[in-house]
Amino acid sequence: MSHIVDRRKNDKGKSTGNRQKFLKRVESQIKKAIPDIISQESIKDTQTGGNVKVPVRGLDEPSFRHDPKSGKKQIVKPGNDKFNEGDRVPKPKNGGKGSGVGKGSNSPEVTEDEFTVVLSREEFLKYFFEDLALPNMVKKLMESTEIVEMKRAGYTRDSVPSRLNIKTSYQQSLGRQLALKGVFDKKLQNLLEQLETTTDPEERAALEVEIEKVRKQANTIPFFEDIDLRYNNFERVPVPVTSAVMFCIMDVSASMGFHEKDIAKRFFTLLYIFLTRQYKNVELVFIRHHTEAKEVDEEEFFNSRESGGTVVAPSLKLMDQIRRERYDESWNVYCCQASDGDVWSKQDAVDCKKLVQESILPAIQYMAYIEINNKPKEGDLWQAYKRISNDENFAIRHIYEVYEIWPVFQGLFRKRNEATV
Amino acid sequence: MMEKEKYRAMFCNPNWDYDTLEAADEVISRIGREYLKLKTYPNQIEIVTSEQMLDAYALTGLPTSYPHWKFGKDFVLNQNNYTKGRMGLSYELVINSNPCISYNMENNSTCMMLLVIAHACQGHNAFFANNYMFLDWTSADSIVDYMVFAREFILKCEEEYGEEEVERVLDAAHALMHHGVDKYKKPSKISAKEENERLKKLTHIRRENYNELWRTLPTAPAATDTIFVEEQVFPKEPEENILYFIEKFAPALPQWKREIIRIVRKVSQYFYPQGATKVMNEGFATFTHYHIINKLFEEGYVNDGFMLEFIKSHSGVLYQPGYNSKYYSGLNPYTLGFNIFMDIKRMCLEPTAEDRQWFPDLVGKDWLQQVHYVMENFRDDSFILQYLSPKVIRDMKLFTIIDNELENEYEIGAIHNERGYRRVREQLSNQYDRSSMVPNIQVTKVDLHQTSKLYLTHYIQKDRRLDADSTYDTLEHIRYLWGYPVELHSKNKLGINESTYDVL
Repeated sequence: MSHIVDRRKNDKGKSTGNRQKFLKRVESQIKKAIPDIISQESIKDTQTGGNVKVPVRGLDEPSFRHDPKSGKKQIVKPGNDKFNEGDRVPKPKNGGKGSGVGKGSNSPEVTEDEFTVVLSREEFLKYFFEDLALPNMVKKLMESTEIVEMKRAGYTRDSVPSRLNIKTSYQQSLGRQLALKGVFDKKLQNLLEQLETTTDPEERAALEVEIEKVRKQANTIPFFEDIDLRYNNFERVPVPVTSAVMFCIMDVSASMGFHEKDIAKRFFTLLYIFLTRQYKNVELVFIRHHTEAKEVDEEEFFNSRESGGTVVAPSLKLMDQIRRERYDESWNVYCCQASDGDVWSKQDAVDCKKLVQESILPAIQYMAYIEINNKPKEGDLWQAYKRISNDENFAIRHIYEVYEIWPVFQGLFRKRNEATV
Repeated sequence: MMEKEKYRAMFCNPNWDYDTLEAADEVISRIGREYLKLKTYPNQIEIVTSEQMLDAYALTGLPTSYPHWKFGKDFVLNQNNYTKGRMGLSYELVINSNPCISYNMENNSTCMMLLVIAHACQGHNAFFANNYMFLDWTSADSIVDYMVFAREFILKCEEEYGEEEVERVLDAAHALMHHGVDKYKKPSKISAKEENERLKKLTHIRRENYNELWRTLPTAPAATDTIFVEEQVFPKEPEENILYFIEKFAPALPQWKREIIRIVRKVSQYFYPQGATKVMNEGFATFTHYHIINKLFEEGYVNDGFMLEFIKSHSGVLYQPGYNSKYYSGLNPYTLGFNIFMDIKRMCLEPTAEDRQWFPDLVGKDWLQQVHYVMENFRDDSFILQYLSPKVIRDMKLFTIIDNELENEYEIGAIHNERGYRRVREQLSNQYDRSSMVPNIQVTKVDLHQTSKLYLTHYIQKDRRLDADSTYDTLEHIRYLWGYPVELHSKNKLGINESTYDVL
């Protein structure tokens, strides 16, 4: 007699352990694939989807096997519709792949070995941020993700005169006066009663002196004493900051081609994902500029063809203006500027430097400038920025090829403890 | 009669419940036993979800296995294909064990459940329990226990020596899995029993007593002087079970690593018959379910509607796209095997003139007896060589393509006509011969005197070279296990070395 078992209620995920082992094995590939993946998506979408697909290859398990191309093979196939013995059929051009012959291991095309691993959002972020941390100073502010606010919290007996609370102090004083007066009054009454019942003149004289003394005391209770003083008390109450704003400033002058914009976009995307990890709400402000600066939406930012000469300073001015108007101190402000480094005039570069140094940097968390070109000579903007860059909250980097983006990004956000020790 | 009505009502309701399965199993077992005379292991039918089925897939059907990333990879791969709709999960998965465990998907309809029970719990089960390959080479009674042992052992090793080191050993052993099968012990049932005995004895003695290599270890320096006065060759005969050779003779392998190799070797050995009987096994199981379900219909257990659903699934299983179809992915083993078994039956019952000429032994025989005989005594290559008839070749329009590396064109070698039958048959048999898939590589020598270098020889067949990259990677694995340099020579028919792979 057979035995029928319902296994459906048993543990699922028998393979979880093996899946973890497998993921560990493809870790390096997942990390390598990450910058590519994010560049394919719109900046905001990178955070919303449920799963991330990472192409993985080269998990071949070696064994002794035949070179599929080699030798003389005979293969039996079904469904002959037109062939006769001895017919000759030209081999397909791509090395006879059509006949079930395998593929070269180094070919760039998709092979059977390549497949995608679906990572959960959490797994993805884990790989993404594993080696990254924020630069020291920024890190402090970001990690706490909160600002401190002073809040009234009762009264204290010791503080600065400016915080003296007169009303409360007066109440304290009145209370003290009443209390003391009561004591003296009672004392006085006792003495007066004794005086009436006493006949001995010597004793009466002593009592009268005493009475006079108490009367004096009762009349000279000080109006304010130190113990009456009350000061307003303030406590530092942490207020969580959940919002950040990121300004993306891109040069769209004629010299910025598709490639340059693509690099910029990829960089912005990385920074966006990075920030989203820290804050609940990250807003993006896109500013594009040639001779004029203009705030645009993401679509236009990356795709518009409008173009012209290059004046950079207005874009920074616009950024600073938007920041002042829309984002108060509870916002963490980040800025990333991408340009090929060309400016219309030296004065423009000087203006930029001044703006950044004097009004932008003091007010924001972090600014990165990336210069996208492959010229041997440093751009004017680069030269201007070079003197104020400190990596702590203003970093400048040079990128030209796609593969340089990730290392530069990692360089900017590398865990500092290793570098400083 | 009342009984039958009750069954009929259950089987024709598309929603099954526990009672339905029990009744189905009871009726189907009876038909299998009485009508098809099947001898089977007891069945254990397990109802699983799709995710559990994916788990089962990843462990190649075993209820448990040792932990390894490869199984995780297979799981991810299957899961991807399944969730994208590129792959359907099979309706069942069955394990060669006693009792015979079969997994049935929960979302099968009643009809599918019956089909699956007939297919797996009767067809596959009977095949496992009667085919000589399985009887001689696997121990259905102990495989589940052994895998439990293997799992525990590997987990203990991970704890003791670290996951990475254990993984390293497993990776290396897995690379040699196809070369971990004992073919010396292969009993050829029909003839040459004595020779087999001799071989068996030889391997046995050799294995029990030989460990020359140990004597070359520095701990016994005196032995080198006395024993190796004359030049000795070790091993005396080439050894094709490379895993076995390493397990026994690797000079510096700790015992626990030997045990891991042994585990992989046992698993490889266990799966060996399945690889060699895929066509027969699926063919026979399909043949079985086809007969049992038809019998159910004949006896009135199921109605026309049930049969329509059955025929749809059955023909889906047997779908064989032509060579030029975009769905073509090789010969469908279900179809090929089923066609051959059905043809054996046909030749017994209604032989034609052609059959009398080609299969005189089958004509007029009891079809069931013949089918049993075939099912018990063959494996894919011999099965095809013996029983692929001209009619099946014609029905499937089989033809052969010659693909010569040196030429720019394919040549059509033989087609489904008088001149071609034998060649198609031989060719197809070759195709299922293990040696055409797994390169023939053997351990031929160990340098006992100086380097402890391990020499392997690849005997080239049909000018088929080794894939160089994969070969080097595999040799690296051997190098790791062996502990000393490894060299592989590819030799052609004349014994001339064509290429050398060297790992220092």
